[in-house]
Amino acid sequence: MSTPEQNAPVQTAGAAEESRPSLSALLLDPSFWADWASVVGLVGLVIVFGIAQPVFLSIANLQALLLAAAILVVLSIGQTFVVATAGIDLSLAAAVMLGAIILGLVNAAGWGIFLACVLAVLATSAVGFLNGVLITAGKIPDFVVTLGTLSGITGLGLILSGGEPTMVGSTFLLKLASGSFGPFGYPVWVAIAAVIVAHIALYHTRFGVHLLATGGQVESAGALGIRTNRVKIAAYTISGFCAGIASLLLVARIGSAEPLINTSLLLNSVAAVVLGGVSLFGGRASILGPAIGALMLTALVNGLTLLSVSAFYQPLAVGAIVVLAALIMRYQK
Amino acid sequence: MSATHHIPSSDAILACEGLSKHFGGIRAFTDVAFQARRGEVTAVIGDNGAGKSTLIRCLVGVHVPDGGEIFFDGRPRPFANPDEARKAGIETVHQNLALIDELTVAQNLFLNREIVRRIGPIALLDRKAMREQARAMLSRLSINMPSVNQRVRRLSGGQRQAISICRAAGSGAKLVVMDEPTAALGVQETGNVEALIRRLREQEVSVILVSHNFDQVRRLSDQIWVMRAGRMVATVRSSETTGNELVALVTGAA
Repeated sequence: MSTPEQNAPVQTAGAAEESRPSLSALLLDPSFWADWASVVGLVGLVIVFGIAQPVFLSIANLQALLLAAAILVVLSIGQTFVVATAGIDLSLAAAVMLGAIILGLVNAAGWGIFLACVLAVLATSAVGFLNGVLITAGKIPDFVVTLGTLSGITGLGLILSGGEPTMVGSTFLLKLASGSFGPFGYPVWVAIAAVIVAHIALYHTRFGVHLLATGGQVESAGALGIRTNRVKIAAYTISGFCAGIASLLLVARIGSAEPLINTSLLLNSVAAVVLGGVSLFGGRASILGPAIGALMLTALVNGLTLLSVSAFYQPLAVGAIVVLAALIMRYQK
Repeated sequence: MSATHHIPSSDAILACEGLSKHFGGIRAFTDVAFQARRGEVTAVIGDNGAGKSTLIRCLVGVHVPDGGEIFFDGRPRPFANPDEARKAGIETVHQNLALIDELTVAQNLFLNREIVRRIGPIALLDRKAMREQARAMLSRLSINMPSVNQRVRRLSGGQRQAISICRAAGSGAKLVVMDEPTAALGVQETGNVEALIRRLREQEVSVILVSHNFDQVRRLSDQIWVMRAGRMVATVRSSETTGNELVALVTGAA
């Protein structure tokens, strides 16, 4: 058993089995479909809509689709970090609203658009930090805490704004919304940058491994000296930061800061995370998956609109797809 | 340093004198003297509730003892927490193994001591180096693992135990402490883990082994310490004892 000759076969066996499984084996494995649900779904939707309504595949429509998806992509990334720790951030869309209102008010007060943007992002990051502290130090379930901050910051937004929208007439935001570089508008580039940075943070840093370890088995991670509470607080702060970036994109897009919560943003961020193959039980996550999930949900709405399907049917379609995706996830190994 | 009866012999990697621990009114153990020699496998046996696990937990800093002194590597070292013990060179194989199911073998082996490359202010994981070193760590202990990229979730109980032991040994630990490492394993897997412990010993890693299994203890260890009802009642060389004698010592029938 303990003879040194055994070392050799161990190494060769390791090398042989580390090669990738064959394509056909991959296609027969249900967990492959579960891992790539969002990609398969996106490709499927593009084909169906492309045949039913060729305008869907026009460059102009695809560019509009990507532009519309940018906010959801950024939010889904924030939600992914939280869900990877086996948590959930229900205050995400409310934080977007708070960020937008602070941006509008600071800008209206004449403090300049850059300071307004910075303060908006700082405020939403602070909301995320507060969520994290309450969940870890306060030992309150994530669901309850973020439901509480959802309500709390909704109220705060209404109080600050007096319930009135604020116009934000800024050339900087106008450029951000309408300008483009190469084939994509600036918001798309912001989303792409967010995807790249988040991907590197998740897969190529110690923080990313510790995040997944904390989400996977929190006691084991703690036993190995990982400060799991800090990791969780960081995840919620990242989520808040993403909400801040999304609020800039939102105000730039609609040109005003409104004290209205876009609830579909929250639900779609969770839906994109689920479609992206991220386990709601934590410990397993990717960034590309949820980003493509967000694209898929936006493509669904875009395609249905092009097909003149009533907007009333859109939530129904989103709901059906999310539940279907969750069913496929059961095969995830 | 207080004047103790006798300072432990210099070949002791870990030793304690007059160690006591109670939880409220319940005494876990009293006035325990114990030592583990450098490069040996030292076993601690005893019936359920004899105080073995609590003693071990005190030695590696999980519990703080109420009285007595702990010596590590010849110096008095009271560990306030497991992190301090680990930094000093004591690795514990936890009973629940402390593995993360969704991470790969390599990621688990390097968890919280990842290898990074610095690019300016940013530290990026050196995943290639970790995979290569993980393979080297596994093959050094002849652990058979299909791939270091495999998620731990898919491994058997014996393979998981092996990874946990490999992680403990691979960090350059001077002493590896294992609490019932084969309690949940089948016959063949138990054999594999026992072989692994022998290999640790061949590589001059000191081991403290807590076990219920007298045959296993006699097969693996050099020195056996026997606890009964919160006291250290005997210590024998494994080569000079019999299963019957151990049973008698543990039950108090001697």
